[in-house]
Amino acid sequence: MPALIDLIRAGRRVERHSPWPRVSVDSGTWRSAAGALADGSLSLLGLWGEPSRVHMALLDNSTSNIGVISLDCRDRRYASVAARHRPALRPERTIHDLFGLVAIETPDSRPWLDHGRWQMLAPLGERLDAAPDAAPYPFLSAEGDSLHQIPVGPVHAGIIEPGHFRFTASGETVVRLEQRLGYTHKGVEGLMAGSTVEQAARLAGRVSGDSTVAYGLAFAQAVEAAQQIAVPPRAVLLRALMAELERLANHLGDIGAICNDASFALMHAHCGVLREQVLRAADTAFGHRLMRDIVVPGGLARDIAGDGPTAIRAALEQIRRHFPSLVELYDNTASLQDRTVGTGIVTVALARQFAAGGYVGRASGRTYDARRSPGYHPYDGLRFDVPVLSDGDVNARVWIRIREVEQSLSLAGQILDALEAGPIKVPLQIAPEPCEGIALVEGFRGDILAWLRLSDGRIERCHLRDPSWFQWPLLEAAIEGNIVADFPLCNKSFNCSYSGHDL
Amino acid sequence: MVVISDILVQLGQMTLVLLLAPLLTGVVRKMKARLLRRKGPSILQPYRDLLRLLRKEVVLAENASWLFRVTPYITFAAIWVAAALVPTFATGLEFNWSADLIAIVALLGSARFFLALAGMDVGTSFGGIGSSREVMIAALAEPAMLLMVFCVALIAGSTQLSTVATFMASSEVGLRVSLGMAMIALIMVALAENARIPIDNPATHLELTMVHEAMILEYSGRHLAMIEFGAFLKLQLYVSLIICVFFPWQITTEGAGPLSYLVSVAAYILKLVIASFLLAVFETATAKVRVFRVPEFLGAALMLGLLGTLLRFVSRGF
Repeated sequence: MPALIDLIRAGRRVERHSPWPRVSVDSGTWRSAAGALADGSLSLLGLWGEPSRVHMALLDNSTSNIGVISLDCRDRRYASVAARHRPALRPERTIHDLFGLVAIETPDSRPWLDHGRWQMLAPLGERLDAAPDAAPYPFLSAEGDSLHQIPVGPVHAGIIEPGHFRFTASGETVVRLEQRLGYTHKGVEGLMAGSTVEQAARLAGRVSGDSTVAYGLAFAQAVEAAQQIAVPPRAVLLRALMAELERLANHLGDIGAICNDASFALMHAHCGVLREQVLRAADTAFGHRLMRDIVVPGGLARDIAGDGPTAIRAALEQIRRHFPSLVELYDNTASLQDRTVGTGIVTVALARQFAAGGYVGRASGRTYDARRSPGYHPYDGLRFDVPVLSDGDVNARVWIRIREVEQSLSLAGQILDALEAGPIKVPLQIAPEPCEGIALVEGFRGDILAWLRLSDGRIERCHLRDPSWFQWPLLEAAIEGNIVADFPLCNKSFNCSYSGHDL
Repeated sequence: MVVISDILVQLGQMTLVLLLAPLLTGVVRKMKARLLRRKGPSILQPYRDLLRLLRKEVVLAENASWLFRVTPYITFAAIWVAAALVPTFATGLEFNWSADLIAIVALLGSARFFLALAGMDVGTSFGGIGSSREVMIAALAEPAMLLMVFCVALIAGSTQLSTVATFMASSEVGLRVSLGMAMIALIMVALAENARIPIDNPATHLELTMVHEAMILEYSGRHLAMIEFGAFLKLQLYVSLIICVFFPWQITTEGAGPLSYLVSVAAYILKLVIASFLLAVFETATAKVRVFRVPEFLGAALMLGLLGTLLRFVSRGF
């Protein structure tokens, strides 16, 4: 099977696409790329559409090279990748919903994000009038004696995001889980098209509220790559500082929330205190608890406040002091371990097939971390480990988070030590000629992909791919054979984004 | 005269449990919140919740039958009657002569039976899940409870709670292994029956993990108020039961003066506070078990009850 370099050579190189190459390929090369995905030599980083074109971002598993291949869709059809490589299925269904491009031989032609309430078909493509009453969504069937269905959501009993889960259970054991997402579709990609870079940066920061720094960073890096702008070193360090604070806050919140779903509220309370300290330090340092809208293309919208470094160091010190005893509490509470160990296992093969990022992938033996490979500044100059486990259960996902908290503590300290005075922004003058940029940034959930095309100083098309795209399907696999009552625990250990996925 | 005072004591006890039940739940919640470094709602919050629910209109599913509507009152009445049979601060209850510990188990069993039926009545999947889990837990908890009753009855020579309490309060009991086992069995059953951690989480918002809450998910307004009140009363009942059988110190026995009633009411309330503190600490320190671990948990309670009973046959000394 061809390596990525062969696929890139087989296509026609597109000018002004950076930092990684994009090539226009024919359908034969497209099919062989699908084959290479299926046999595991390539990983799928993203699959997205344009009104008459589809793009696929690929990662070569052996060389860690990244490239984008594009296929022009004559008569609005293209060969389905999902027919050979299942992780592409939901992106393909989305491309159909948004652009009206049909995947030939697709194994599943049901809509995905389109719930029949947009009053049009293909809103980013041909904008056809939709039939007034949409057909009901057919769920996959599971047949057998004494199977029953449990529909859960989209409105849940707690204050969480909306998503529908259809369980088919035999008694308490889950036979099949089918997700239905798309309830928080906001049309971000449609809003981005034609907007200025500043507006689009604000939109990117609102795709998924808990990863607003990572999204802002991914978008900014893509713009900077397209425009070949170098960001001042102080801005680069402060961006990484914010990203690590965001990771710390989210991981601390998650560790507590997972324990809370096993009805162990003690961890939740204590982790909540530590998370709050991170958020308050972020508020002191950057004027916003979640640090939204601070990363902008070209640098930062504001510098760190004068007492910011002290506040952050104090918060880090608090966590360093109290976190180890919480880890011990987690590890020594037998009733809690009984719930998390062996629950919701994602196999190594599946994590690899879906190229799952973040703690989901790293708990199942996938060592990928966008900060390492492809890597970006300033992480090449910082010391950190990428923790990996291969158990793939809820416990492993908690432990990956625990280890990443420790790494982020160290990274934030290193960044504060390395901070030097200097400018925080370069002026952004967008050249009128079309250019394209792509970036891969490690958010707390995993790698976020941002791809965009600028023309006339505006965004022509922008695609943001949340890590949850390749984690949600694994949740369906992880819960199989577990009991219904363990689903909240598994779900929380994945903590996938609804908003980032539904876009 | 004696009859009148007995009736007064009985009525006093029934009112006391009714008035104290929401407070007990409120205190447990408050203590749990303080242990988690939260402020927590006022201990009077359960009363306010009940008032709020009573004022709200009832939303009924279209296919709800008469059973769904009468169940809240049936369960409340059954639990209150059962609670009236447990001596709190005084033995010699008038009702005691008509029903014993086994009757209490039966009353609670019928309350749960109706609740489980009502859970399935509307035909939602959560009601079904809740009912099936509740009945599974009940099927394991009731035998354990009965064995505990036998064990205590063998020692006290009666299943009648007033007699048991009088006997236990006397000095002739002493420390007994079988009683210790029976107590642990009863505490485990109480945790399961009251939907507490580690069997169920009374504070959860996760519909898939609920047991008791899933069963009553369709209830609203005054119906929900009755069910909630029933749940408060049930907790009160079990705590009172544990207190009266195993810690009946300062309980007023027949023929004592009015002052001793005051002392025993104070002692009872103190014991309730201690019990709620212990419950809060225990709930904070453990996670919930998997649904399939519940049989192991309650199996242990059953074995303890059985062991306690058998030991009595081996030797009178236990």
